[in-house]
Amino acid sequence: MNQISTSDTIPKEWVALFFVWILATISTIASLFFSEIVKLPVCVLCWYQRIAMYPLVLILPLALFPFDAKISRYAGVLVIFGWLTALFHVLLVAGYIPKNAQPCVQNIPCSETHLNVFGFLNMPMMSLLTFSIMGLLLLFVKKSDPS
Amino acid sequence: MNKKTLFISVSLLIIVAFIAAVVIFQTKETSKNKNVSIDNLNIVERENAPTKGSEDARVTIVEFFDPACETCQVFYPLVNDLIKKYPGKVRVMMRYAPFHQGSDQVVKLLEAAHKQGQFWPALDILFANQQSWTRHHVARPKSAIALLKGLPLDHEKFIHDASSNTIIQSIIQDVEDGKTLKVRATPQFFVNGKPLTNFGYAQLTQLVEQAIAEAY
Repeated sequence: MNQISTSDTIPKEWVALFFVWILATISTIASLFFSEIVKLPVCVLCWYQRIAMYPLVLILPLALFPFDAKISRYAGVLVIFGWLTALFHVLLVAGYIPKNAQPCVQNIPCSETHLNVFGFLNMPMMSLLTFSIMGLLLLFVKKSDPS
Repeated sequence: MNKKTLFISVSLLIIVAFIAAVVIFQTKETSKNKNVSIDNLNIVERENAPTKGSEDARVTIVEFFDPACETCQVFYPLVNDLIKKYPGKVRVMMRYAPFHQGSDQVVKLLEAAHKQGQFWPALDILFANQQSWTRHHVARPKSAIALLKGLPLDHEKFIHDASSNTIIQSIIQDVEDGKTLKVRATPQFFVNGKPLTNFGYAQLTQLVEQAIAEAY
């Protein structure tokens, strides 16, 4: 590319934030694929995690163009909410939280999982991992914020 | 590569990957559905399940339903219309999928009424008065029993049957077959074993017409 710019290399903070956006977008599309195309049932806890995940797809690009490190504050609150819900969900599936404590519709139990990759990666586990990585990346972005 | 190009190309890549996944999944599903429908026939239908329409009909609509389900209530007259529209050619078989809280008790009543040949009148009453025996999607079996008092039933036998083993077995079989057939919402229709994948009345009619064209 023969672009005239101040520097040819893209700053690391921008790449980190861009990666958070990629994670959010892939998660959103994948979750929609499983619920709308494959028609797997979506339990209440999954919906709470979606509430935290979906807005990031639209909000993050606003902080990529132009780069705005302050986004870590606004996106961070969603990621923390999603992370906590995912943690609750993982503990519920693993059996550490009694079943009657779950806020679920009778015919779609949150304690049941449909997808398993490598034997341990079910949907709530993937969600917890994704939110964890996003949180760490946002912390890195926050460091670059001078204010 | 500058930031904008990177952003746009990654976006496009994700969209293309999504479309590819959808296309691959749907082609796989349609080829699977063709084979599945024939193998499924013995679990889609249950002997002695309540049916309406001519016994000789070559097209059978199997409906997995919950008496407390509002959509089932809305579809009930529409399914009846299909039987009337193709007299002698179409019959409907009802199977239980008690997903709502309390429905497991109400379907026992229906099956007990079925034992005395009163399934359809009982279902008519329950659907017509659905609001009075369900509250916030929770079925109240006691109110349902009160409504069914008006039917010409041997009531002692009716109440006794409702908790009998044979009736519970029939319901367990419906629930188990429902699980095998991946019935996750009601109503779920099967026409001669073929599942209605795209939900809607027009789609159901189309599936029935297609089955009639194949059978007659």
